[in-house]
Amino acid sequence: MRQQSFVKDRLLPIGAVLVAITVLWYVFAVVLNAPFERDTAARAGTQIGFMEILPKTLAQERPVLPAPHQVVAELWDTTVNKAVTSKRSLVYHAWITLSATLLGFAMGAILGILLAVGIVHNRAMDRSLMPWVIASQTIPILAIAPMIIVVLNAVGISGLMPKALISAYLSFFPVVVGMVKGLRSPEQGQLDLMHTYNASAAQTFRKLRWPASMPYLFTSLKVAVAISLVGAIVGELPTGAVAGLGARLLAGSYYGQTVQIWAALFMAAGVAALLVVIVGIAHTLVLRRMGARA
Amino acid sequence: MNALPKTIVSETVVSATGLGLTFQTADGPVDALTGVDLDVRKGDFVSFIGPSGCGKTTFLRVIADLEKPTAGRITVNGMSPAEARRNRAYGYVFQAAGLYPWRTIEKNIALPLEIMGYSKEDRQARIERTLDLVNLSGFGRKYPWQLSGGMQQRASIARALAFDADLLLMDEPFGALDEIVRDHLNEQLLKLWAATRKTICFVTHSIPEAVYLSTKIVVMSPRPGRVSDVIVSTLPAERPLGIRETPEFLAIAQRVREGLRAGHSYEEHA
Repeated sequence: MRQQSFVKDRLLPIGAVLVAITVLWYVFAVVLNAPFERDTAARAGTQIGFMEILPKTLAQERPVLPAPHQVVAELWDTTVNKAVTSKRSLVYHAWITLSATLLGFAMGAILGILLAVGIVHNRAMDRSLMPWVIASQTIPILAIAPMIIVVLNAVGISGLMPKALISAYLSFFPVVVGMVKGLRSPEQGQLDLMHTYNASAAQTFRKLRWPASMPYLFTSLKVAVAISLVGAIVGELPTGAVAGLGARLLAGSYYGQTVQIWAALFMAAGVAALLVVIVGIAHTLVLRRMGARA
Repeated sequence: MNALPKTIVSETVVSATGLGLTFQTADGPVDALTGVDLDVRKGDFVSFIGPSGCGKTTFLRVIADLEKPTAGRITVNGMSPAEARRNRAYGYVFQAAGLYPWRTIEKNIALPLEIMGYSKEDRQARIERTLDLVNLSGFGRKYPWQLSGGMQQRASIARALAFDADLLLMDEPFGALDEIVRDHLNEQLLKLWAATRKTICFVTHSIPEAVYLSTKIVVMSPRPGRVSDVIVSTLPAERPLGIRETPEFLAIAQRVREGLRAGHSYEEHA
């Protein structure tokens, strides 16, 4: 097989798409922001040419679509130039959301694994639980999130926990589905073999089902960690939370701070990418320890 | 109980009388086994040969308590198959090696030992001994994917030998291997059988393989699955590969072939 090359196999294809998106973005920024400049000029009673409009569309304070460099500048300003404890720091807000994400992800993953173990080992649970698991995901999270927060607030739980619960509500689902499939992945022959050893259900689980399910587990965890973040952000919206990426998005939209919205969006995407990469690395390490082909 | 004298009873490892198994399928009942009367004596090497659907694998699975018979009686070591299984009376070698890809070869051999609660030192000693028996010494630390198909199958035989089962049930263990590897493994299996004095029940599609290996050949035929001939081999215990060209060998092979052909027309043995 050919040696993998970082430049040819990773940088070039990804870079090409990135350049294309950036170019397209600038075009849209000019097109979408131009009417505002024309209106301003018309109100002042002057005519304005395309060459004069162009630079102005890329430097508006509240553009319809901010240009990439404006978003980058805002990101830089709110991460590097602000103390991480400041309420104006995006790092501070990202951490608020991240902590809820991680707690929710942990709860969702554990719940998902436990449910899958129950479903695989118990016929009654298989029949009764799986439809509810699927039904749980047909309810729009945006509809149920405010109710969870209001109800929990009424019993005195607020802050991190409600957000983490919404996050867990979303993230347990891929784990259940993936782990049920993973725990059932051993072939009949391998189960027969355990039967000939007179192995107990616990031994079959520990020595066969659990190790066989590892690739499935990590694949689901990658999906789960990304939607955990979505859950935490959604959990910040209905309360009008004062901190977190969701709060930044909401505040930005109240005050027409489009640059701030986009900066928060990119931060969220960056955090999500980082989390998925971390799970991916864990995946590789575990499979390598289990003797997978390097 | 059995009316036979006690000495002979203890010598009989597998004893089936009027054994039958009918699968209930969507297309109606299928008779996988009917009226099987068979004794396997201690130290025997018994091959089961026949076309697909003759019930040879089913019979092996009944011995192993992987299928439940619907008629007749069967004992394994004088017990029911379920009791025998709980007493770990047999090692089973499947057609696919079925090694766990996440375990090294020695960890794969350790699997039944871990489940049966052998101590760590004992496990290590047994792993080394069985690896040596199947000529895989030095490969213990490899993962299954690093080994050829023939080596993987030898490792799965080692896994079945690791604990003290006197009965080895082998379901077409070399069926997926090429002929050269198969010849080599047949020779090794005979040596292993001579060295361990185990009782072996061996399912195969191959007439030369069955004649070369066995002390007793059970010819089976399908629809319904039944025993059509039992041939006691007259070949000597010492069997170099060249024995397959001798007239004696060819005569037995001829009788097996005839048994297979006859099985398609009518029942010879009730």
